[in-house]
Amino acid sequence: MTDATAETPRRGSGTGSLMVPDARTAKRNAREKRFRLYGLVAVCTGILMLALLLTSILSAGLSAFRQTTIQVEVPLVAERLDPEGNRDPAQMAKVTTFGYAPLLRDALIGTIESAGIETELDPRAIADMVSDESVAQLRAFVLANPGVLGQTIPVEVLASGRIDGFFKGRVTYQTAELDKNISPEQLQLAEALQEAGLLATGFNWRFITAPDASTTRPEAAGLGVAILGSFYMMLVVLALALPIGVAASIYLEEFAPQNKFTDLIEVNISNLAAVPSIVFGILGLAIFINFAGLPQSAPIVGGLVLTLMTLPTIIIATRASLKSVPPSIRSAALGLGASRMQTVFHHVLPLAMPGILTGTIIGLAQALGETAPLLLIGMVAFVREYPGAPWEGGLFDPATALPVQVYNFTQRSDPAFVERASGAIIVLLIFLLIMNLAAIFLRRKFERRW
Amino acid sequence: MSPFWLILLVAALALVGAVLGRRKAMASAGGDARVLHSLPNYYGANVALFVAAPALLVLAAWMVIQPLALDGRVSAMIPETAYEDAGALNLLMADVRRIAEGLDLAVEQGALTAAEARAAQAEDLRARLAEIGVAVGAEIDPSTLVAAQGLRMLDARADLVRTVVILALAAAGFAFTYARTNASYRARNSVEFAILLLLIGASTIAILTTLGIVLSMLFETLNFFRQYPASEFFFSLTWDPSFSGRGGASTLGILPLLWGTLYISIIALIVSVPIGLFSAIYLSEYAGKRFRGFAKPLLEVLAGIPTIVYGLFALITVGPLLRDAIASPLGLGNSASSVMTAGLVMGIMLIPFVSSLSDDIINAVPQAMRDGSYGLGATQSETIRQVILPAALPGIVGAILLAASRAIGETMIVVLGAGAAAKIDVNPFEAMTTVTVKIVSQLTGDTDFSSPETLVAFALGLTLFVMTLGLNVLALYIVRKYREQYE
Repeated sequence: MTDATAETPRRGSGTGSLMVPDARTAKRNAREKRFRLYGLVAVCTGILMLALLLTSILSAGLSAFRQTTIQVEVPLVAERLDPEGNRDPAQMAKVTTFGYAPLLRDALIGTIESAGIETELDPRAIADMVSDESVAQLRAFVLANPGVLGQTIPVEVLASGRIDGFFKGRVTYQTAELDKNISPEQLQLAEALQEAGLLATGFNWRFITAPDASTTRPEAAGLGVAILGSFYMMLVVLALALPIGVAASIYLEEFAPQNKFTDLIEVNISNLAAVPSIVFGILGLAIFINFAGLPQSAPIVGGLVLTLMTLPTIIIATRASLKSVPPSIRSAALGLGASRMQTVFHHVLPLAMPGILTGTIIGLAQALGETAPLLLIGMVAFVREYPGAPWEGGLFDPATALPVQVYNFTQRSDPAFVERASGAIIVLLIFLLIMNLAAIFLRRKFERRW
Repeated sequence: MSPFWLILLVAALALVGAVLGRRKAMASAGGDARVLHSLPNYYGANVALFVAAPALLVLAAWMVIQPLALDGRVSAMIPETAYEDAGALNLLMADVRRIAEGLDLAVEQGALTAAEARAAQAEDLRARLAEIGVAVGAEIDPSTLVAAQGLRMLDARADLVRTVVILALAAAGFAFTYARTNASYRARNSVEFAILLLLIGASTIAILTTLGIVLSMLFETLNFFRQYPASEFFFSLTWDPSFSGRGGASTLGILPLLWGTLYISIIALIVSVPIGLFSAIYLSEYAGKRFRGFAKPLLEVLAGIPTIVYGLFALITVGPLLRDAIASPLGLGNSASSVMTAGLVMGIMLIPFVSSLSDDIINAVPQAMRDGSYGLGATQSETIRQVILPAALPGIVGAILLAASRAIGETMIVVLGAGAAAKIDVNPFEAMTTVTVKIVSQLTGDTDFSSPETLVAFALGLTLFVMTLGLNVLALYIVRKYREQYE
């Protein structure tokens, strides 16, 4: 005991009650509350941003899944579409879309008249209300089914982008006044058609299945080629990254001695995980296209580039998964006379499989959303042809990819493409959601804790 | 024989070898598998391995080397008067190859007989090749045709030699192992050694990738510096590529691009570091289990969203919003794409990155330090500010550096949100551009790999790679040092 402690003067107001906090304590407590509030605000800001991001994309893009179409009875005049009269598709193909356009225009005018709608628009303005793509579609349909010539068939044609925008709220009478592509009279006619039941807005399957369309036909642009291209790339990534990644992880985790070479590999893997994605694009352009001579815009090149990008993710996940298998499993197998190789392949690997699959799915999801490297290897090209089946060399055919298609849409001036781009993002996000849910499901279902 | 059939044949031989090898091993053990050193299947696998592996490896090497070797001999056949420089020779060689392939295809489809193909004349050949769908650019020159015929002959001869060599290798491999197969042969060790080699091969791909990145960019960068002075590239204050084609007066200074990159990255860090750090602190120190279980995955969703989505968000929502709400009323500019747009959106993207890394690091601070601080009467926030954060500081700095490296290398957000005008300005509502945007714009569309306007992209890529690599190495070093401190 010393006297010093006893004589230390009490700071603050010594006279106060314990029940009443003094000024300093109150200040400290207020700071505590404020600090806590900062944290809460930060978390909420993050979540708010997520909500804002998703609502912005959803509100701009959901309308891409609906499409306005017009029902038209088209009389297919045989003399005009098949001048030779022999129903030979090769001969009929000589009639271009210019031959079909007046037919469709007359059919549309006829449909309007028979519905009892009066309009003062000239035929040209009426023809402009349907998409140019419809003519091409009609021609393709007739060439595929020459038997329908001479009949009058009901055709569902796409309304033009502005008419479609009108029923989605993007185009109004005010904007139509200023727009040289559409007039208020045309909008009136469209409304009249809707009342007559000839014009309707329905689910837009074509957006998911059809190929891209030119910059003047946003209403016809679809994601078919892009989805197929992305799917092919995922096949390549899965076929290459999974076996290579697992093999590399097994070596590093189970066999590699501690030496300089192993260190070098480890450093490389962790650095590759952080290399900007565009650098992989440069690699793909220089090595796979310029040096190895693979074709541009091909899913195989995209797949190879994405494989190299995904490898670190898969290796890191696989190693963690192998590490979590307890050593007792290995000891037991070795004790029964299995070789190290047998121990790994018969016992450790199967037990680590759920973790490996989860990591692979997450890696694939990352690869699916990657855009920048694909821009450099030519996947921005405008591709209308579907790539062939993989066994027919479809991996080498030109294709695009979903995220690149989004970028492509954003580069076009027609405002209707904003809707298409956002719609494509929604499709992309749905795929990602499915993949991530699958990963979570796998983890929940098969994860074992020792 | 085409490589496909050759591979199939070797595979079939390997299969036969496997059956025979297994049978011989069993026979030498008198039908009792227990006498064998290894399980019977290993003997089969061992024979198959020796049949297939050397043959296929040589085949792969052959397929790479043969065109290179033949090219040299064929280009010597073209008279030197027929071309001016190396570029023209390359074009000629491409024609030679296409004609040779076209002739082969014609024979294959039956449009020409083998003898006709050999005697083909230069005049009508172009039309005949066009008939079977092979387009040859220019009229065929007789000397080109001679070279093409030479190429076909050499190719045919080399293919024959290849087939013989590969099959001989496969047969030799079979004879060698089959003779050695008996009950005491250690087939398992041999097979497992091969598997181990395969595993090692797989893990060296990481090194090869890095090597590929560095070499591919280094070569083209050196090419670029041969055509364009390096000092101009690093110190010029203007970026103004000419679009008129080669040899135009382009000024390709990297500084405006670096300025844009750094400006955007700094704004992104100003947004993401406080939000990310406070989120991490709140989630790890204050939040209840339920709130954490709900908020943490939501924040991490931000990290799983592809960058193109953020790019579109910047383009259609944030950009116009900033322009109409702030920039235009204040007279700071009326461009929707701006440094601020890209920076803000990139900041949002980096929030989960900073928060999850910081979360790990804060959790790694030992509980004893917290308990000591509470024991001395500190409030929770005082503990965090004066004990936990100083202890976690190196790790947090590492996390911020990693986030910075992400920001510098990010592409899609800046392509869609920052604009394409290369300038050095302090107004954050002006459109500026970054290194990544210019890599994309110089390498998409028509590219000419002999012009400095295209090659500059490789120099930009290398600069980017070096910068991010430096930041990553530094960050990983700091984080690792920090981890060791508490382990």
